[in-house]
Amino acid sequence: MLTLPNERGRFGMFGGKFVPETLMRPLADIERQLHEALADPSFHAEYMHHLYEYSGRPTALTFAKNLTERLGGAKMYFKREDLNHTGAHKINNAIGQALLAKRMGKRKIIAETGAGQHGVAAATVAARFGMECKVFMGEEDVKRQALNVFRMKLLGAQVIPVTSGNRTLKDATNEAIRYWVEHCDDHFYMIGSVVGPHPYPMMVREFQRIIGEEAREQMLKVEGKLPDVIIACVGGGSNAIGMFHPFLDDDVECIGVEAAGKGVHTTEHAATITKGTKGVIHGSLTYVLQDEHGQITEPYSISAGLDYPGVGPEHAYLATIGRVRYESVTDEEAINALQMTAEAEGIIPAIESAHALAKAFQIAPLRSSDEVILVCLSGRGDKDVQTVMNYLEGSEPR
Amino acid sequence: MKHFIPFIVAGDPSEEVTIDLAIALEQAGATILELGVPYSDPLADGPIIQRAASRALKQGMTLTTALELIGRMRKKGVKIPIIVFTYYNPVLQLGEERFFALAQQNGANGVLIPDLPFEESEHMRMLGDAYDIPYISLVAPTSHERIAMIASQAKSFLYCVSSLGVTGIRDSLPTQLHEFLQQVKRYSRVPVVVGFGISNAQQVEQLQHVCDGIVIGSAIVQKIEQLQDELINIDTRQRALTAFSQYVAALIEPLKKVENNESETTITTTKTVPTGQTD
Repeated sequence: MLTLPNERGRFGMFGGKFVPETLMRPLADIERQLHEALADPSFHAEYMHHLYEYSGRPTALTFAKNLTERLGGAKMYFKREDLNHTGAHKINNAIGQALLAKRMGKRKIIAETGAGQHGVAAATVAARFGMECKVFMGEEDVKRQALNVFRMKLLGAQVIPVTSGNRTLKDATNEAIRYWVEHCDDHFYMIGSVVGPHPYPMMVREFQRIIGEEAREQMLKVEGKLPDVIIACVGGGSNAIGMFHPFLDDDVECIGVEAAGKGVHTTEHAATITKGTKGVIHGSLTYVLQDEHGQITEPYSISAGLDYPGVGPEHAYLATIGRVRYESVTDEEAINALQMTAEAEGIIPAIESAHALAKAFQIAPLRSSDEVILVCLSGRGDKDVQTVMNYLEGSEPR
Repeated sequence: MKHFIPFIVAGDPSEEVTIDLAIALEQAGATILELGVPYSDPLADGPIIQRAASRALKQGMTLTTALELIGRMRKKGVKIPIIVFTYYNPVLQLGEERFFALAQQNGANGVLIPDLPFEESEHMRMLGDAYDIPYISLVAPTSHERIAMIASQAKSFLYCVSSLGVTGIRDSLPTQLHEFLQQVKRYSRVPVVVGFGISNAQQVEQLQHVCDGIVIGSAIVQKIEQLQDELINIDTRQRALTAFSQYVAALIEPLKKVENNESETTITTTKTVPTGQTD
């Protein structure tokens, strides 16, 4: 399981390179250089140096004492990716890809972003490494996330509003790929999740597995054993893969949590594995939300980071072989979990991460107090306070 | 004569008009028609064809109805080979075998899938052979050492992407294009056609000496967009079709000047020239 993808970029049947011929050679270049970089101890040392010195790793493992006492049952620990520089796990990958771009002699970065978290991470590392950065963002998201747009601009990036399609993350990704096709000779495309054509799903996983590696070590230190259950949210699925991957060969239950939006029985959700079918999106064969004619449909979630109609191909594979269980959590359940975490532990999680927390809060009381649940708290919720406020003001008074 | 291969989107602006446009293109001198199947996420297309796709999708066009449209074109007497241009996902949902069966039933003569590169297309190429519907291969300016591999499997014709980037109208084509085309021709046993960005008679004039055919998409689709209201309105349709034909004729004027065959450019699509369905 740890040796995938194969040489064709496949995780079982999933993955691959479904891209225009123009991109085949640039992808082969990235693949070759990535393998060389990953085998080069000095590359790894430089990557770790930036993670520690710039992003503030290692991130803490926090025992959720109050919530564990309140809910009863299993002990809950949070892997605090929210404590990273820029406030989420996205920076791990952005640093890794920026170093690879530098190694390849490319000083121009392209990125796509939904809510703006990956865009901010890309803009941040571009500033730090003296690179040019263009961030493609759906026009709808530009309006909804004005603050993050301004953050990216402050960091010196150019934000390009995308007006095609429904003007959200899917369209921003399409447009970033189109721009890359035209400028692949001197631009590096920094994808923000474990999606896209090979070798991106593998590359982003390798730059996110630090989450699981650190958590494993920390868990052994504080509990003297591995966790019984690991839970992470899944949009494209980069924090989840990063968390799960170092545990896949162990006897540890892994649960990926998708966004059920207004409910998986409605059309307004982003539960791609739960409700999707096999298809190709953004260069990869995976599960996709689509109609019977193979047209991609628009997902919905209150969380912009999970609002994506595809999912990383490795998740599709892990679901098919039954190694990871994928479940879903609604907007309402996620917001409740966010409030509980804020009130009980003094941590405001991102709405994305609150999906994983909601699932943990459902499971913990059902398990014995000997068991340990590890939750990936992938990002902080500062970016979401406006959304939460709007949601709560629009809902029934408590 | 060199090949003129226009591209239009099935169902843009309506199914009936697409059939009329195909007839007009054949009369204007098209030797092959490339029929685009609209897709929600057309990664290889620029804004003009994206807009055409979304107009066609609003008309309810699907891969199946696009293939059926070819059958209807045949019934209306369109004789030139028709190549289906579709993204892979709709084919995957329909089923690869079913796709070829429907394509064959409806009189299609080839398939081109812009997001299914050589390494991913083995099964489709095999089915293409089985159904006698050639799978058209593409080479791009970045292909370099891949050209020999791709050209060795090329069926019917080899499609050269003129420049880096997506479909669209380009004022100028890359200076290395002639060199690229010559390189491809050295490897290719089938005719070499060029597309992406070609949008005026001047470019056609320049390119016709270094290739066996020219694909024009966005410029034609843009003309259809400009004429869409008149094309939809039955009272003004004929006038709009005449204007469309005149535009196309002017675009390919340089191709008609070349009377003598410099090289063998016959494109073999199906073994028998389609004559339309009899049912």
